[in-house]
Amino acid sequence: MVDLISIATKAIFVENILLSFFLGMCSFLACSKKIETAMGLGMAVIFVLGVTTPINWLINHYLLRDGALAWLGYPNVNLSFLQFICYIATIAAMVQLVEMVMDKFAPALYQSLGIFLPLIAVNCAILGTSLFMGTKGYDFTESTVFGLSSGVGWLMAIVAMAAIRTKLQYSNIPLGLRGLGITMLITGLMALGFMSFIGINL
Amino acid sequence: MSVATAPEKTKEPLFGTKQKKTLTDPFWDNNPITLQVLGICSALAVTSQLKPTVVMCIALTVVLTGSNVAISLLRKQIPSKIRIIVMLSVVSTLVTLVDQILKAYAFDMSKQLSVFVGLIITNCIVLGRAEAFAMANKPWPSLLDGLGNGLGYSVILLLVATGRELLGSGTLFGMHVIPQALYDIGYVNVGLMVLPPGAFILLGLIIWVQKQSSKQFEV
Repeated sequence: MVDLISIATKAIFVENILLSFFLGMCSFLACSKKIETAMGLGMAVIFVLGVTTPINWLINHYLLRDGALAWLGYPNVNLSFLQFICYIATIAAMVQLVEMVMDKFAPALYQSLGIFLPLIAVNCAILGTSLFMGTKGYDFTESTVFGLSSGVGWLMAIVAMAAIRTKLQYSNIPLGLRGLGITMLITGLMALGFMSFIGINL
Repeated sequence: MSVATAPEKTKEPLFGTKQKKTLTDPFWDNNPITLQVLGICSALAVTSQLKPTVVMCIALTVVLTGSNVAISLLRKQIPSKIRIIVMLSVVSTLVTLVDQILKAYAFDMSKQLSVFVGLIITNCIVLGRAEAFAMANKPWPSLLDGLGNGLGYSVILLLVATGRELLGSGTLFGMHVIPQALYDIGYVNVGLMVLPPGAFILLGLIIWVQKQSSKQFEV
């Protein structure tokens, strides 16, 4: 249990997927103008991460990794080169599925997230988390926790950014720095702030 | 209806002004990273040293050019409803190839780049150009567009990496370039540049210079 809490705090604060691995920057920059949209997108990302990371773990563990097909009687088969294509297919399919399920059972939520859901398929935070989970050698529960808390970290970063950008409307920024430039600088400062979490260990 | 030549009928030169513009525009005036805001993730993640940056630039340019050509060839067969997943599978096949080649011939480099080779799949430049250009153009211009955007991406990446490696560790391609004399009189490497915040701030400043020089301002 302590293990899991440690993984979670690490993924949320110390190794924030956005601020220290730069994953999911594109949608972070595009959708951080308003707090509501940032919140919606962040929630959708948490959800998709929470679903796809464990599924990809199962795929990797029982189908792709070296010797994974032993249960079928092929202990020498190594399909790990199919990792990328399988992961991205799972993600795209899951996003599609989540979209349809939501449309049927939670139309209000679907309406509010509507446009962002399909975008999530190409959010590198999702694929990145699946790939990181492999390199870090997590087991099933650990991967699930890692996926969910990566999402929480991402949500926190994007909502904080949206809040700062709302305030920013009243400041007089040099012309060339407006938009992307100032956003990058602020993200840099936020990353600097998050670096103070380095060294925290549970 | 005797309107002058329809544009499709006229035979375009293989390398005329228009083609040249497709190729060179993304270098600076319509740069994929700073102006189209595509593919920022990897621009930051791999740039703490020049060597992995160069490998990443080559890998991305190859994938981008390849995917643009492949998607442009398939553009009439791809049903628009499932185009995202078709593009993703084309791109991930190419990325798998690049990854396997790196693993075979440059294993250390592939270890150092770790997940970021795989993340070329979701690099927005690749999908963005496929969607915006390759789906609507013939293979040859698509190839030029892919090459141009790949090189435009490389320009910014190399700038960021040069800045980060030079300021952060005083080296270029791993060789010391800042003279010892400078350290003796009290010069210190800016450790911050190697860390994530340094990347954000440096890229922010490059974007500033770039927008100031090309006069493309956001309101």
